Amino acid sequence: MVHSKALFKLQKSFILTFLSILCFNMVFASSNGGHSTEPVKEKEFDVNGMIMHHIKDAHEWHLWGSEHNGTTIYLPIILIDGGIKTFSSAYFYHGKIVTIKDEKTGDLTEFISGVGPAKGYAMYHEKLYKLSNGNLTINDGHVHGNSKVLDFSITKNVLSLFMGAFFILVIMSSVARFYKKNGAVAPKGLAKFLEPLIVMVRDDVAKSNIGEHKYKKYVPYLLTIFFFIFFNNLLGLIPILPGGANLTGNISVTLFLAVCTLLVTLFSSNKNYWKHIFATPGVPVALLPIMIPIEMVGILTKPFALMIRLFANMTAGHIIVLALVSIIFINKNVAWGALSVPMALFISVLELLVAFLQAYLFAMLSALFIGGAVEEHH
Amino acid sequence: MDLILPEFGLLFWTGLVFICLLFVLTKFIWKPILSSVNEREQKITEALELADKTKAEMKTMQAENQNLLKEARAERDAIVKDAKEIATRMVEDAKVSAKLEAEKIAEAARLTVAAERNEAIADLKNQVAIFSIEIAEKIVRADLTSDEKQKALAEKMAGDINLN
Repeated sequence: MVHSKALFKLQKSFILTFLSILCFNMVFASSNGGHSTEPVKEKEFDVNGMIMHHIKDAHEWHLWGSEHNGTTIYLPIILIDGGIKTFSSAYFYHGKIVTIKDEKTGDLTEFISGVGPAKGYAMYHEKLYKLSNGNLTINDGHVHGNSKVLDFSITKNVLSLFMGAFFILVIMSSVARFYKKNGAVAPKGLAKFLEPLIVMVRDDVAKSNIGEHKYKKYVPYLLTIFFFIFFNNLLGLIPILPGGANLTGNISVTLFLAVCTLLVTLFSSNKNYWKHIFATPGVPVALLPIMIPIEMVGILTKPFALMIRLFANMTAGHIIVLALVSIIFINKNVAWGALSVPMALFISVLELLVAFLQAYLFAMLSALFIGGAVEEHH
Repeated sequence: MDLILPEFGLLFWTGLVFICLLFVLTKFIWKPILSSVNEREQKITEALELADKTKAEMKTMQAENQNLLKEARAERDAIVKDAKEIATRMVEDAKVSAKLEAEKIAEAARLTVAAERNEAIADLKNQVAIFSIEIAEKIVRADLTSDEKQKALAEKMAGDINLN
């Protein structure tokens, strides 16, 4: 218990830092907003924009250089709009920039109208819309009236996902090959490094939370979820191409993983689990009308917390590192590197720990929920 | 706001990749790894148990050996003791019989000596008698060569007899 308490404490401090960084960004955002009405003499470094650009998904993989003339990998766009349409995202990034007026606030805003095969579609804040009569209606920063198209593009995060899966497969298959070739011997090389993690998930995560008799069925799921999160977390910490995408800090990814845990929990739940929800033992019948909704909500809040925890922790880590590096660019003086680089390095090293910790926590809490669902009456 | 809104495309790809990964990893990777690890753990447990068992066996064997040694030692001691006793007894017996024999011999020797002394005494007596007779004869012969002498002798003898 002391162990997990320490973990939660750490998490709490992370969330606090996350919030403080968010406030920090808001300050910058508002100051930028204040200046935008006046003519700007020297372009300010847009910390908020830069950070948001890095932690969000994109249809390109920007490597270096300025936004429009830098080196970028244009990723394929796959749209489902009366059939599958596939083309390069360059048709958007080198498309026509249209400036329109926000219908509510009256501010000027920009969207990109696609050219070539992308004609008839618009990209606004990395989201794709269908143009109606060559126009996009924007109301209070949101698109109205235009239908959002089903976007199955290989975005930055999807590519990162593929690479993560590829690395897991390559590394794990080499470990599996070692065992296939050598049988039950002492591990060597990569197997020696990864076996403790595998055994940890099996014993400390699965066996101790699910129980001696039932844990075996869930070990592959927990191992997959642990290594999926762990590898992608680590990949996200690498600043250049194989990594850098904020995959595990993306709500879609953590949502899917949390839903997986929810489904596994629900499908493996037994009578005892539902009895605890609909007729909690020891609770007076009069309280059940209150207890049942609470317990029902509890089914959902547990995976919801999983989703938010992973998303917030990973995103916060990326934001902190980027914000610390931004110190140099805000002050436009390389000397600030003396402060910013050691701090960024410290946080990056801490992020290595967090990468492991979050993967472990996700797997452990999943195992805990599954354990609660399969627990027998005693 | 779009930071916390899930996107369908990424959700779809995550699902696809994760399900595929789960399937492939479970079938081709986790199963062989886990079975190998389990097998090895089984092997180690068995080996440890065997080692413990062997150790226990060794202990009992050692105890047995110790017992055997003790018994052997006790037996040896008993044998040695017996032998000593026998030897002592034999010596005692020998001493007794030797004494008896010695006594017998001594007795025999004494008897012989006594017999021989008696014989010698008897012999001596005989010799002395013979000598006496011879001397007496000689004396008698010498004294009876003249009358006077015969007379003296007779007188003397008569004197002796008288005296007696």
